[in-house]
Amino acid sequence: MEMLEQGRGELIGWHDPDENRRWVLENKSRELRDKRMSVPQAVREFVHDGDYLAMGGFGHIRVAMAVVYEIIRQRRQHLVLAGKTAVHDADLLIGSGCVDRIEVAYAFAQELRGLSPASRRAVESGACRVVGEISNAGYQWRFLAGMLGVPFIPSRNMLGSDTFTHSACKVARDPWSGKPVCLIPAAYPDVAVFHVPRCDMYGNAQIDGILIMDWELARAARRVIITAEEIVAHEVIQERPWLTAIPFYVVDAVCEVPFGAHPTTMPYLYYFDEEHIGEWLDVSKTPEGTRDYLDRYVYNMSDFAAYLEHIGGATKRAYLEDVEHLRQPLRAPWLQKK
Amino acid sequence: MTASHPAYTAMELMACVAARMLEDRRTVLVGTGLPMIGAILAQRMHAPGLVIIFEAGGVGPRVPTLPVSVGDSRTFYHASAASSMHNVMSACQAGYVDFGFLGGAMMDRYGNLNTTVIGPWEAPEVRLPGSGGANDVGSLAQRTMIIIRQDTRRFVERVNFITTPGYIDGPGARERAGLPAGTGPYRVLTQLAVFDFDESTKQLRLRATHPGVSVAEVQAASGFKIQVADTLEVNAPPTEEERRLLHEIDPAGMVIGK
Repeated sequence: MEMLEQGRGELIGWHDPDENRRWVLENKSRELRDKRMSVPQAVREFVHDGDYLAMGGFGHIRVAMAVVYEIIRQRRQHLVLAGKTAVHDADLLIGSGCVDRIEVAYAFAQELRGLSPASRRAVESGACRVVGEISNAGYQWRFLAGMLGVPFIPSRNMLGSDTFTHSACKVARDPWSGKPVCLIPAAYPDVAVFHVPRCDMYGNAQIDGILIMDWELARAARRVIITAEEIVAHEVIQERPWLTAIPFYVVDAVCEVPFGAHPTTMPYLYYFDEEHIGEWLDVSKTPEGTRDYLDRYVYNMSDFAAYLEHIGGATKRAYLEDVEHLRQPLRAPWLQKK
Repeated sequence: MTASHPAYTAMELMACVAARMLEDRRTVLVGTGLPMIGAILAQRMHAPGLVIIFEAGGVGPRVPTLPVSVGDSRTFYHASAASSMHNVMSACQAGYVDFGFLGGAMMDRYGNLNTTVIGPWEAPEVRLPGSGGANDVGSLAQRTMIIIRQDTRRFVERVNFITTPGYIDGPGARERAGLPAGTGPYRVLTQLAVFDFDESTKQLRLRATHPGVSVAEVQAASGFKIQVADTLEVNAPPTEEERRLLHEIDPAGMVIGK
């Protein structure tokens, strides 16, 4: 295959497919065994300094926030983050200093809510380094290649752009059509973390609503932590096995965390907590405000349950359920400024 | 403009013009904000068969109220499918997506968009979010529509970083780069006007102005010389029905305002 161009981005998370097969053979059990553990234990065991981390979900959708807070609480360092549309999670992980490198499809902003002051400050000061650019489909296809166990995926996006120039992709001539194609390298994150509505103790995780790129990411990642609104009996999974998006054999830890996506949304259960997100966007405009927020909501909280009480507990949850089901209007501080 | 037409706002007008550009029984992949509102309005007006697609996986929803994000549950409310990004982006690459509807930060005369960085990439003056799904949509949709606020800082001679390719540097450049044949920017909508692209040069061309806006004003709000089409149209102001629907779609005023 004739190589035409090479992106200048740093290649992260790539392994020779045979090396990864060997790793899988040696490290991933095929046994149906009880993988339940606490969030602190899962983070201690499976999230290490320097790891390449990818969070499941997308933007503020279905993000395993209990794990994000625990990573910050355990003060992990030098993590490399998949910015696969990573928003609130990225902002906190960068703002707290846990993540100092990121591959960016989308980060540093919060869609309609505006830009993310904490992570922007970090990237503009050099405290956090962008290792490369990519697009959302590009990232999703990095995981697809990883899941397929192939070294790359050919695609037709990113061509002719600086997104490509600053990516870790290559352009080659397609031996069939003769046209240039983008070669997107596989990605195997060291650890990926997902929040799902239900999962059994073995790790069979079901998702309601859109899958985003969780199907591919879970199968590409070497270690997978699942947090679930509810851990259900294996029989419950067996009743509707077609809903299982992530099969047990790729999963390493299962943690029960009700309301575990707060302040992000859990489709069909609760909507974004825009009041909380708005508070973060407001106070994180200064380094002092960022530190104060992390003290109040993360470091000074013994665990996620204490945090949930602190942000309003059952009352807040009931309100966010109402908003999700269109029974109450959305309240958002950033909305007042529109 | 608002002074002489106090009945509607610039955002309302842009949303209506956006909606009118979309055709019934077509597929449109929309980004956050005005593109979403335009598509939802079109679906409630002249295009009930418009299939709205969201990059995170929602396909063909009847969106009840404006989503905050391209992935929240409003994007697959009463939908044909709650699928995945792989499904949606593959559909885009295989040719099933007629329109891609994007917002932008900076754009040049060839419709190239920058949403990545202001200043050098290695040492950014301002770091912007990056591509998100924009590069994918701008590369792969049959026709791309762009909504952008135009002024001399945003309409620039040459973007310093092509996040999402327009016509790159002229006719044939997209195909030479390997992008799908016949794709590219189709319309650009700003707070002042609607543009298309000259067939022979692939450069931006003024096509229609908003009510009360002069060609000179459009030119003054651009960092490069703008070509003007032989026949220049004027966009119709929002109707009462359109305005009513806009506030029904965005009751909180997230994009449209109160």
